[in-house]
Amino acid sequence: MDILRFITAGSVDDGKSTLIGRLLYDSKSIMIDQLEAIEKQTKNREDGEIDLALLTDGLRAEREQGITIDVAYKYFATPKRKFIIADAPGHIQYTRNMVTGASNSDLIIILIDARNGVAEQTRRHSIIASLLNMPRVIVAINKMDLVGFSQDIYNNIVIEYADLAKALGLEDVTYIPISALNGDNIVEKSTALSWYEGESLLHLLETVEVEKAINLHKARFPVQYVIRPQTEALHDYRGYAGKVISGIYKKGDAVTILPSGATSVISAIETDGGKQADEVFAPQAAVIHLQDDIDVSRGDVIVLNNDLPKTEKEIEVLLCWMDNKPLIPGNKYLLQINSTRVRSVVKDIEYRLDVNSLEKKFGPEQAGLNDIVKAVIKTAQPVVYDSYKSLRANGGVILIDETSNVTVGACMIQ
Amino acid sequence: MSVHHLDYLDELESESIHIFREVAGQFEKPALLFSGGKDSIVLVHLALKAFRPGKFPFPLVHIDTGHNFPEALQFRDQLAESIGEKLVVRLVEDTIKTKKLTEQKGKFASRNQLQTYTLLDTIEEFGFDACIGGARRDEEKARAKERIFSVRDEFGQWDPKKQRPELWNTYNGKINKGENVRVFPISNWTELDVWNYIRREKIALPSIYFAHEREVLEYEGQYVAVSEYIRIDDTDVIVNKKVRYRTVGDMTCTAAVASNAVTLDDIITEIIATKTSERGETRIDDKVSEAAMEDRKKNGYF
Repeated sequence: MDILRFITAGSVDDGKSTLIGRLLYDSKSIMIDQLEAIEKQTKNREDGEIDLALLTDGLRAEREQGITIDVAYKYFATPKRKFIIADAPGHIQYTRNMVTGASNSDLIIILIDARNGVAEQTRRHSIIASLLNMPRVIVAINKMDLVGFSQDIYNNIVIEYADLAKALGLEDVTYIPISALNGDNIVEKSTALSWYEGESLLHLLETVEVEKAINLHKARFPVQYVIRPQTEALHDYRGYAGKVISGIYKKGDAVTILPSGATSVISAIETDGGKQADEVFAPQAAVIHLQDDIDVSRGDVIVLNNDLPKTEKEIEVLLCWMDNKPLIPGNKYLLQINSTRVRSVVKDIEYRLDVNSLEKKFGPEQAGLNDIVKAVIKTAQPVVYDSYKSLRANGGVILIDETSNVTVGACMIQ
Repeated sequence: MSVHHLDYLDELESESIHIFREVAGQFEKPALLFSGGKDSIVLVHLALKAFRPGKFPFPLVHIDTGHNFPEALQFRDQLAESIGEKLVVRLVEDTIKTKKLTEQKGKFASRNQLQTYTLLDTIEEFGFDACIGGARRDEEKARAKERIFSVRDEFGQWDPKKQRPELWNTYNGKINKGENVRVFPISNWTELDVWNYIRREKIALPSIYFAHEREVLEYEGQYVAVSEYIRIDDTDVIVNKKVRYRTVGDMTCTAAVASNAVTLDDIITEIIATKTSERGETRIDDKVSEAAMEDRKKNGYF
């Protein structure tokens, strides 16, 4: 059994909440008392239908306004897999929430209303999926019951979307016709859609390969914390605690410590509170010991000598701005990549990307909330990174406003 | 490739250890809130994995309402002693006396709200800048919206509209003096994950998690332990029943479930079959209103 983290994109009108409600309900992850609670709330509504969206809208303001403001995480499991759903709002003013939800997901389900086909928001969600380098995309063409389960309508939408996917470089796209409301092709294959030869959505989610998302070649181990018991028995113990974010480490491997460039050899590896191990791999937590007594501390990255990351003081990024105050070139921020934090300045904004059309608008003076821009950032110390496209785990950085301490930007290093 | 494949419990464990070490790396004075309940016992187990053979970079802290199950308290003291880590206990009773707080009245008068005062005082007393807790997102829908690093102002308040975006596995714990961060390392675990992990790791639990005979009062379909902390009325029906606890909070606001489960296997079988959520079945305090948890969090509660 493993874990699949996915995000659903689409607005309430596309049936996103109904789909999530359906997955939770059919996998028996909704309990009687939770259903009773939303039934009680639904009584105040005119149509009297149970609103599954109430399951995901956890805040009073959301329920009052009938909108999803923030990312909610939902959980369900089948005997094959544990699933973590990032349920993010789909409207343009919540682009940042979708970026947040997508950053931790292995897969995205993009919902399309069969009556409308590829719409403006389908394009936007797909563009964000491509910017965040989502390894897998499922396009769920919903409300098939409202178009008479028509294969022609389905096929036309598939053809239309395939063009968009190609333009965006989305390689791994699977299409599925569904009706979330009636449960067609959700858990079981639908008899009304007998012309569809693929599997049900849940079956797809249970079987899709996610290992591809873990890169076992580029070895990256950011040091989070140095364990030094300083007791008599463990006087010389000095262990570098962290998590393998990519790759495999073995005892005896020659390593480089970045950004300093010092080299050494792994003398011991521990997992599990002191248990010795011969190797560790992503995403295991571990403690690494080195043969030589060199200066290593939090923020350093231990890497294998082949396939080194870049170590530079200037990076080009695609940046999603997440703050109400605008980003103006020349502004200084703290830049954090994994466990490393350095001072930085945003030198230049090259262009703003229109998330509805992919059009580049060159030379913007600033970036506002939810804007996605290409920018150049200069850092006070060298940053150890990979391009986001080649290694998501070491290519995403956040910007922190030092005056408010708030996370104001998410950057994908180019 | 299959050799390099982690089981889901290993992946959850690794994520939690990573969060623990981020706390150790980012904060000056963290604390681990430890009640002797199963989720905080799992936290201690994860902390042992994250920091041994070193000491924990934080003390265990318990805000004792005075209404706790004696079995949980005994377990708390024994565990802290056996692992040789510091345990700080602060009593809600003391806060009530020194600050002249008014206690709730009624049949199940709860100190649940009052413990927030003691918690905030304790945070101030020690200058804690991060408090690690065992809350999970599957427990409650307001919790489903909370970040793993949840920033609270100097009054301990949660503002859901001002939450920081939390991207990738990068945690921003930067705060001003006086503020603190609540950190939830097992946010992504479900109740069943916790039980499966306890079974796999053979983690010891207080005896009240397993089926035992107990004098209980049947109230609106829930079984509440007979204790000196609740008011017994003449009309109450007291029965001797075989029960276990699915969650462990105060004796006044935690209900037991009828059960014959005496082993972890039995418990897991029952939890897989249950049709009621963990909090729905066992917490009297959540039933007050739709936004009960959201409101308590806004006031500094976990």
